[in-house]
Amino acid sequence: MIGGLGSGGAGAGLGTVEGYGDRTVWRRRLAGLRRLDWMLVLAVVALSVLGALLVRSATVPLLTEQGKDPESFFHRHLFNLMIGFVLGGVVALLDYRLLRAYAPILYVLSCVGLVAVLSPLGETINGSHSWIVLGGGFQVQPSEFAKVGLVVLLAMLLGEPRDGEVGPGHKDILWALGLAGLPAALVMGQPDLGTTLVFGAVVLGMLAISGVRKRWLAGLVGGGVLAAFLVFFFGLLKPYQVARFTAFLDPSHDPRGAGYNAQQAKIAVGSGGVFGKGLFHGEQTGGHFVPEQQTDFIFTVAGEELGFIGAGAIVVLLGVVLWRALRIATQAADLFGTLVASGVVCWLAFQSFENIGMTLGIMPITGLPLPFVSYGGSATFANMIALGLLQAVHLRRNPFD
Amino acid sequence: MNTRTHFRLMVLYVLVAAMLLVLMGRLWTMQVLDGERYRQVAAQNRTRDIVVPAIRGMILDDKGRPLVRNRTALVVSVDRTTLMRQKDRGEAVLKRLAGVLGITYDELQKRIRLCAPGIRRPCWPGSPFQPIPVDDRVDPKRALQIMERQEEFPGVTAQFQAVREYPEPEGANAAQALGYLQPITQEELDKRKGIKVTGYSGVDLVGRDGLEAAYDADLRGRPGVRRVLVDSQGRVTGTAFERPAEPGGHLVTSIDAKVQGAAERALRNAMKSARSQGHPADAAAAVVLDVQTGKVVALASLPTYDPSVWTGGISQEEYDALLGKKRGEPLISRATQGQFAPGSTFKISSLAAAVADGYPLNGIYPCPGSYNVGSRAFRNFEGQGHGDMNLHRALVVSCDTIFYKFAYEQWLRDGGMKPRAHPKDPMVAMARKWGFGSRTGIDLPGESTGRIPDRGWKRRYWEATREASCKAAKQGYPNLERTDPGRAAYLKAIAAENCAEGYVWRAGDAANFSVGQGDVLVTPLQLARAYAAVANGGRLVTPHLGVAVVRSDGSVVRRIPTPPSKKLDVDRKVLEYMRKALADVTKEGTAAGAFSGFDLKKVHVAGKTGTAEVYGKHDTSWFASFAPVDKPRFAVVAMISQGGTGASAAAPAVREIYEAIYGLKKGAKPALEDGELPKELPKPPVGSGVIGAGSDAQPSAAPTASPEASLDAAPDGSPEASPDGAPNTVLTDGPELPPSTAPRTEATGASPRTAR
Repeated sequence: MIGGLGSGGAGAGLGTVEGYGDRTVWRRRLAGLRRLDWMLVLAVVALSVLGALLVRSATVPLLTEQGKDPESFFHRHLFNLMIGFVLGGVVALLDYRLLRAYAPILYVLSCVGLVAVLSPLGETINGSHSWIVLGGGFQVQPSEFAKVGLVVLLAMLLGEPRDGEVGPGHKDILWALGLAGLPAALVMGQPDLGTTLVFGAVVLGMLAISGVRKRWLAGLVGGGVLAAFLVFFFGLLKPYQVARFTAFLDPSHDPRGAGYNAQQAKIAVGSGGVFGKGLFHGEQTGGHFVPEQQTDFIFTVAGEELGFIGAGAIVVLLGVVLWRALRIATQAADLFGTLVASGVVCWLAFQSFENIGMTLGIMPITGLPLPFVSYGGSATFANMIALGLLQAVHLRRNPFD
Repeated sequence: MNTRTHFRLMVLYVLVAAMLLVLMGRLWTMQVLDGERYRQVAAQNRTRDIVVPAIRGMILDDKGRPLVRNRTALVVSVDRTTLMRQKDRGEAVLKRLAGVLGITYDELQKRIRLCAPGIRRPCWPGSPFQPIPVDDRVDPKRALQIMERQEEFPGVTAQFQAVREYPEPEGANAAQALGYLQPITQEELDKRKGIKVTGYSGVDLVGRDGLEAAYDADLRGRPGVRRVLVDSQGRVTGTAFERPAEPGGHLVTSIDAKVQGAAERALRNAMKSARSQGHPADAAAAVVLDVQTGKVVALASLPTYDPSVWTGGISQEEYDALLGKKRGEPLISRATQGQFAPGSTFKISSLAAAVADGYPLNGIYPCPGSYNVGSRAFRNFEGQGHGDMNLHRALVVSCDTIFYKFAYEQWLRDGGMKPRAHPKDPMVAMARKWGFGSRTGIDLPGESTGRIPDRGWKRRYWEATREASCKAAKQGYPNLERTDPGRAAYLKAIAAENCAEGYVWRAGDAANFSVGQGDVLVTPLQLARAYAAVANGGRLVTPHLGVAVVRSDGSVVRRIPTPPSKKLDVDRKVLEYMRKALADVTKEGTAAGAFSGFDLKKVHVAGKTGTAEVYGKHDTSWFASFAPVDKPRFAVVAMISQGGTGASAAAPAVREIYEAIYGLKKGAKPALEDGELPKELPKPPVGSGVIGAGSDAQPSAAPTASPEASLDAAPDGSPEASPDGAPNTVLTDGPELPPSTAPRTEATGASPRTAR
């Protein structure tokens, strides 16, 4: 249903973007829809539907208690999804090669957004200073869009056609690192360790795919580890970040404090068993033992209410998304397309692994939503744009198109 | 696409696949392999058990008069766990609370500290995780102040609770028989943790002595449990399971408050008169037994105390007083735990032993003023000789020398100083048959066995004391030598004898034994049972107080069966002979003076005086009796420690008890109608053991959060609105609830209506 709406919206948005209304182009573009990676679309739709239901399950009891409209989060999430699919559709129908031209603009917009967050415009919501409130109940999280910006920018920098050379030159690499470093530093300043780590994964992955020499990669990883060590050693992290990390190493260390979330998340997931307690029947979920359950910890709802079957299905669906995205990366018409797709893969893969991993107690707690499942407008839009990018690369995999 | 990019894409494929596998594997272990464990943790996580204490049953006398009942008290409790989590460890809260309660902060601090070796009372002997009651006589207005300003009093609760009260009907205190309650200790709690349905919870008091302990299971009822669902903040979101508290049953005892009260008064009078005669009279006991069934009609012990000192924390002074010698160790029940030499009352056993050993029942025996047992002369009481007499007369005038003779001759037949392989010791064997030296099996804890010294006991005693004796034999008594050289030399000689051959059962031991002297010790209860056996024709009944357990509406939970009695292996003729002899004691014998003016025609009392000499102390005064002679109903025994002769102290006390039972004093109503015990079970008094909470209201025992609980319970009624014992809940935030999240409306909404 949502997918259908998204496609319809994509058709409407075409004319305005491309600026010309040739009927044959229209027809050809719409015919191209049939060549979409429908399995990818279906996987994302399935994740979105599951996510919407889980969001509902996570929010209804709390909202009811607070005397608010119990369905408000659910409805808003459905609305976000619709907008997201429209955005994704529009992006899918764009000729992604044109993005090269827009990449710097996207990048600059992202950075402006991130700077705005650090300015007095920024708002702290749920302990994270990463929001710009637009009024009317709308708020934007620029760091989510920055991920898109970063992927496209790096693809542009590293995907320049080169003659004879395998992989980008030193200059390109340094440019890439420098330009990626700026938004990463801005995000780190929020502070949002999770998103910074996503940036790192994307940079590293895209450099690797673009064919950078191994010594560069090894140096980057080594530098990263060294930097992490220095940050830790000189106490540059906030106490709560250190606490989160020690809590990750030993969750029972402070079960009422930093370890609480990790512990409760594990209890919720583990108690789901094979078949779960049934959708909307989670007892841990109903009692709000796990915080932020509609966003960062949504996987605990799946684990508790849908059990191994349901939670496993989410992992498998994410796997399908990543598999299709990797397939798109391998089949892309050019290096730019490959890099865009593999950048999206690195982003989604790292974020999924970190998000699910932290609820299962194998990764430290950071504030990252689960792609396509968690509640959150900006994240949904960004994810759907990523989906659109993948489809755009996919649609144009034939170099003769 | 170049090969390097392609290769690295493949690596990315593998990485992504590995990542997904890790997640799936982890999910599998957590949800499938460890799912059960997590489910259990989750269940603990989101439920809290609220224990709704059951109201403890009353202890009633045979007519339904409450000896112990409950009072509804507004109890202010302090939760240590919450206090200790405050920045100043609760100091500010306690100071505020002390102000409201009108006591000093120091005093309050003392009440909530935990008892430990070296810590003086008041202190809290119960579990540190349970709310500690600090005041059970709070003015409702003050309690309301606390409840309405919960943010100022975190961890402080005010709730209705049932507290033990001792109305002492007809002056019946019976403190030692009733026993007392104390908070359950952490060790006891831990011990019971494994057991599923225990009936005990952290908020409980446990019967520690007397009937409270013996019938604890019947009285305590079953605490209710309300398992509530809580969210992460500890707020109650629903009820998962509820089992209402079942109030404890009321214990109907065989004690008759009027007889009990009379017995206590009689003892008090006897002690007073003994003291006026210059005796210390430091303790006393009285037992009234139904000779046919073994029902205990009265069980009195002095000195006594007010059991309500146990309620709501006991001060060090009070506690010392209960345990210390200064106030005569009032916790000890002299009737069942006190052990005293029985003196001549013991002769019923010795007479039966002599007859069983072949001495003719109707024979004539000389009663000289003194009788030589070996080389030592054993004298009658005050050295008086009575000439030749039969055994009847020997009991009436309490001749000792006849019994010395029996004992000495029997001792000689057993081989004297070189005993045979299996000496008969007829008197020792007979004493055991009468139940001396072993517990009667009364339904009270801590009963003493008394002591029947025999050859084995002497040897064991010798082995235990030999070292000290031999040391004294060598060194003498240098301290005593300065003041009393004669006595020191005597004691040294005794020590030397004891050191060398203290294990030998000597002639003197046998002779002393025959008249209940020397090392013989009995409890007043044992003696009462023995006299009951004389009266009922040879059945050793098992004394008991519990009759039935009844509900508030009078229906019977269970009847406590009469414990079986044992056959006393004594010829019925001998018993009949003794009954006749004892009947003459009050008429013309040793107790004639004490019973002069007593209407023996109406109620013929048979009995035996006893005057036991105790080294270094005044004589123990005994009177053991039964009545009426022709149709025996009651056995009554009185004992006044250091009270003088049996005739002067104990016998008048027994007389007073009979007078009360049968209403023999002018204008007095009999305590027992026609001298009979009630045959029907009484109905418990209206009010179900709670006074002051309205006609039919139960005490609103507030549910208290279990140790780790953190929740607010929904109120379900005020005292007036809960006629069937539905608990009234007044509960604050529990230990782990942050003050800001305490739903104040509920806390104040549950305030007692009476307080407004």
